[in-house]
Amino acid sequence: MKVLTLNFLSCAVKTCKSSSDSFPLHPKEAELAKDDVEINPQLLVNVLPRIDWAALRTTSTELGFPTLPDQPPTAEELEADEKMLQELHTLLMEMQIVEGKLVCGHCGHEYAIREGIANFLLPSHLV
Amino acid sequence: MLPTPDTSHVPYARVYEPAEDSFLLLDTLSAASETGFLASRFSSSRTKVAPPPLVLEVGPGSGVVLAFLTAHAATIFGTRDILTLGVDVNRFACVATRLTVSKAVEESASTAGSFLGAVQGDLVGPVRSGAVDVLVFNPPYVPTDELPVPPAGIAEKSKTTFEEDSHLLALSYAGGRDGMETTDRLIAALPDTLSERGCAYLLLCAGNRPEEVKQRIRDFGPQWRAETVGTSGKTAGWEKLQIVRIWREPVEGDTAV
Ligand SMILES: [Zn+2]
Repeated sequence: MKVLTLNFLSCAVKTCKSSSDSFPLHPKEAELAKDDVEINPQLLVNVLPRIDWAALRTTSTELGFPTLPDQPPTAEELEADEKMLQELHTLLMEMQIVEGKLVCGHCGHEYAIREGIANFLLPSHLV
Repeated sequence: MLPTPDTSHVPYARVYEPAEDSFLLLDTLSAASETGFLASRFSSSRTKVAPPPLVLEVGPGSGVVLAFLTAHAATIFGTRDILTLGVDVNRFACVATRLTVSKAVEESASTAGSFLGAVQGDLVGPVRSGAVDVLVFNPPYVPTDELPVPPAGIAEKSKTTFEEDSHLLALSYAGGRDGMETTDRLIAALPDTLSERGCAYLLLCAGNRPEEVKQRIRDFGPQWRAETVGTSGKTAGWEKLQIVRIWREPVEGDTAV
C-alpha cells in the first residue's frame, strides 16, 4: 500500500467518520519498502490540489521523512524545484507500507497491515 | 479491443472468477460513450486543469476490472494521471487484485495510471468521505434466501478450510433479498462517498429491479442522474445484466452546495 493511500483513508467506525481526529490515521511500528517508479513531474504537479496537504505533512513526519513545508508549493514552485519533486515522488509514488498498524486518533482502534494489506474489517462490537 | 488482464494466478476456489458480469464492465467502461464521459470529467484540457481522479473498485475479486482501468488509463480516462484503489472483504481477493494490477501495468506501462493498493474492508468503510471520483461495483447481486455473514475483524488467517472458501465465494455473489441487500448499503453510502465530480458504475441483474433502483437514486435530489450505459444477455426483451452510471449534474440556478 502506497503511503499516499493514507490521504484517502479514514477510520471505518461510523461514529468516527464525522470527527476530524479520524483522519489521517496514524501509522505505528510501520515497516516501509521502496518501489522503483519512474518520476512523472506532471502527475506530481497535478496531484497537489487533490491532496490534503496538512494530512500528508502529518503522515510524512510520523513516518520519519523530512518535514514538509507548512503550505503546499504552487505548480510553478514545484516545477522549478528538482529536489522537492524528487522528495514528493519518493514519498507519494514509491514508498509502500508493508507491515505495521494504522491508529485512529478518535477511537484508538488499530488496523493491522500485513504484507502490504491493511485490514479494515471491524470486530462485531464496533460495527 | 484493449487486452484483458491476465488472472491465471488467481485462486478461484476462494476468489470470484471473471465472468460475464466482469466482461460487461470491461466492455462498457472502454466503450466510446464512457471513455468520452470520463475524459470530459477527468482529463485536463487547454481550458481546465483536472486533478487526477481517485478510482475505487469495491469488491474487485480477481482484480480484472481494476487492472483493466489502471493499465489502460490513458485510453479510458484520456490521461495516465489517475490513482486507483481496491477494497475487498476477502483478503485473498486483495492479494489477487494487487498481482493482477501489477502484471497488467507492466504489460501496458506506457498507458498505465498509478495503483495505490488493495485494502481489506467492508464496502467503502475505510474510505474518507467525499474522496472518490469514480466508483465501480460488481456487487453480490444474485437473489438468495440468506445473506452470508461478513467476516469479522478477527477472522484473518492464511489457510482456509473448504467451508471457509465456500463462504468467501458466497460473499462475492449472494445478494440476499432481491439480490440487493449489499448493493442497497453501497447506494446509501454514495452521497457521502463521491466527490462533487464523482460518478459510479454499478452492475445490476434483472432480478434487482433496475428501474426501481435507478429511480431511488434519482430521488436523492435534482442533481442526481442514473442511466443504463451497458447491457448484455438480452432474452425476450429483458437484459440479464446491465451497468448503471450514477452521477451528479449541476442544476441550473442552484447556488447552494
Ligand atoms: Zn475511530
